[in-house]
Amino acid sequence: MLRYVMARLAQAIPVIVATTLLTFMLLEVVPGDPIALMMREHIDADVVARVRKEMRLDDPWAVRYVRYMWDALHGDFGTSYKIHRSVSDLLVDAFPKTLALTLAALIFAWGIGIPAGIVGALKHYSAPDYLVTLFSLIGVSVPVFWSGLIFQLIFGWKLGLLPISGYGGIVFLIMPGIVLGWSSAAVISRLMRSSLLEVLGSDFVRTARAKGLTEWAVVFRHALKNSLLPVVTIMAIQVADLLTGAVIVESVFGIPGIGRVSVSAIMNRDVPLLQGSVMLTVVLVVLGNLLADVSYAFLDPRIRYE
Amino acid sequence: MSKPTVLRIGGSTTANTGEAAGAGLVARPTTFGADVWRRFRRNRLALVGLAIVVGLIGLAVLAPLVAPYDPLHVSLNEQFAPPSAQHLFGADVYGRDLLSRVIFGARISLLIGFIPSAISMLIGSALGVIAGFYRRWTDTLVMRLADMVLAFPSIILAMVVTYILGASLFTLFIALSVVSWASASRVVRAQALSLRERDFVAAARAVGASDIRIMFRHIITNCLAPILVLFTMSIPAAIMAEAGLSFLGVGAQPPTPSWGLMVNEAQQYIFSAPWASIMPGLAILVTVLGFNFVGDGLRDAIDPYLKGKM
Repeated sequence: MLRYVMARLAQAIPVIVATTLLTFMLLEVVPGDPIALMMREHIDADVVARVRKEMRLDDPWAVRYVRYMWDALHGDFGTSYKIHRSVSDLLVDAFPKTLALTLAALIFAWGIGIPAGIVGALKHYSAPDYLVTLFSLIGVSVPVFWSGLIFQLIFGWKLGLLPISGYGGIVFLIMPGIVLGWSSAAVISRLMRSSLLEVLGSDFVRTARAKGLTEWAVVFRHALKNSLLPVVTIMAIQVADLLTGAVIVESVFGIPGIGRVSVSAIMNRDVPLLQGSVMLTVVLVVLGNLLADVSYAFLDPRIRYE
Repeated sequence: MSKPTVLRIGGSTTANTGEAAGAGLVARPTTFGADVWRRFRRNRLALVGLAIVVGLIGLAVLAPLVAPYDPLHVSLNEQFAPPSAQHLFGADVYGRDLLSRVIFGARISLLIGFIPSAISMLIGSALGVIAGFYRRWTDTLVMRLADMVLAFPSIILAMVVTYILGASLFTLFIALSVVSWASASRVVRAQALSLRERDFVAAARAVGASDIRIMFRHIITNCLAPILVLFTMSIPAAIMAEAGLSFLGVGAQPPTPSWGLMVNEAQQYIFSAPWASIMPGLAILVTVLGFNFVGDGLRDAIDPYLKGKM
């Protein structure tokens, strides 16, 4: 087990290097001199040359990449061109908010998706099943910014139940969490339903029934555990989906998280800030995939550790 | 020996305008296409989806004839006119007719759905077949590249591309083509790995077919079914991505009638003029639903074993 975890960790490192390198290179080819952007009208050729030298922008890109990563590993992502604050400060500020939002979405996705899928499987082709199917069909097809606005309109404005936007405590996370988690809940409930249906048709379930176990014990003690396995694998894809969706949801609900930071960095052409936020997101996605693989191996001992 | 009437395609049903080509299959009910269609049309949701998609394509093509007004015509004294007989969907902040803008928006969404998906399928299957056919370092190179792209959340990668090229619809075409080839290359590679060992490939080689011919004439043609499924499924993903990026302001630029951008422009008036946000968003929802229905139906019809795997 430990060997598998180590091997999987070793596989993640080249992916992290490659993705960060790609981000670095992509943003390096951007037209426009960063110094000119920083100074705008006060531009002076001598000063530009001096600052370029100070920032060591004339070194080969490979050297700069290694230096960037080295600094990044020490918590230094450079200084924002526009806000003139250290990028790591800005990221440390924003990250917990994105994390809280993603967590709220995950809680909703799992808390609704799994029971909904179980209901769909146990009562398949009945009214509750169709309701679950409808819920998931809409969930995977609705744009989050639109469902966000509709929620704001209904629950924030018309009913006045929840704060419309902003960030400050759990009540502020309920609506964004539901909006962000809906599509994940949809995917989970569909997968849970089909997986549980498949397991319920297998031999060991028939055996369990044959020896006279109650339906409850058959479903919740025998079938459920086995049917959860594919649902756990989908976790990997969902980390990426949720972080991506968070960019939009943060914008709708005015949550100052990583997504807002990246969008404003694009608008302001703020390379260090964009670089930092993209790299953080990408590394998180890779780690999410890693976590999913490892937990899958942990849950299912039949998986061969290469 | 066959009974063409049993499988007659079209006939009295109305939803299948796209099936003119399929009519030629009537005489041979055992062909792959006829078989797929037979299973596809049993699926009611898939037919609903097909009707939505065909209807949208009709709207997009005929937009100038169908739309009651010019989508860009500004009429300030009709600012935020609520839905009425004159303006079925109401009007936006500049008094532009929302129904007309939504109809013209279908053009953008469909273009962004079809073209980048098609490009990325072409790139993905070409790279996939090369990787699976040559194996060794070629395979490693392509697959690691695909891993790298897949590790990027697509919106984030699209945002980086947008940053480099500047926000525009054209940039979106590039960005969305760049992000979605990877999954196609994986599927085709897996197929190519097994197909290259088959007898028909050996036979082609024996009669002197070149590598290129074997890959693109013999192997790719045998991967068309999964590519088609993947293509259908990447369309709603692309439409959703365009809407999201345009909503964030890093996609289509005003005054383009892009649905995502329309919601963006209207969102601050959501409480005073909700229709301006609701209508374009509803259009996205219905479109994506339609394509998802068709995609799911096609997947189940082409290969019932793929259910839940793609």
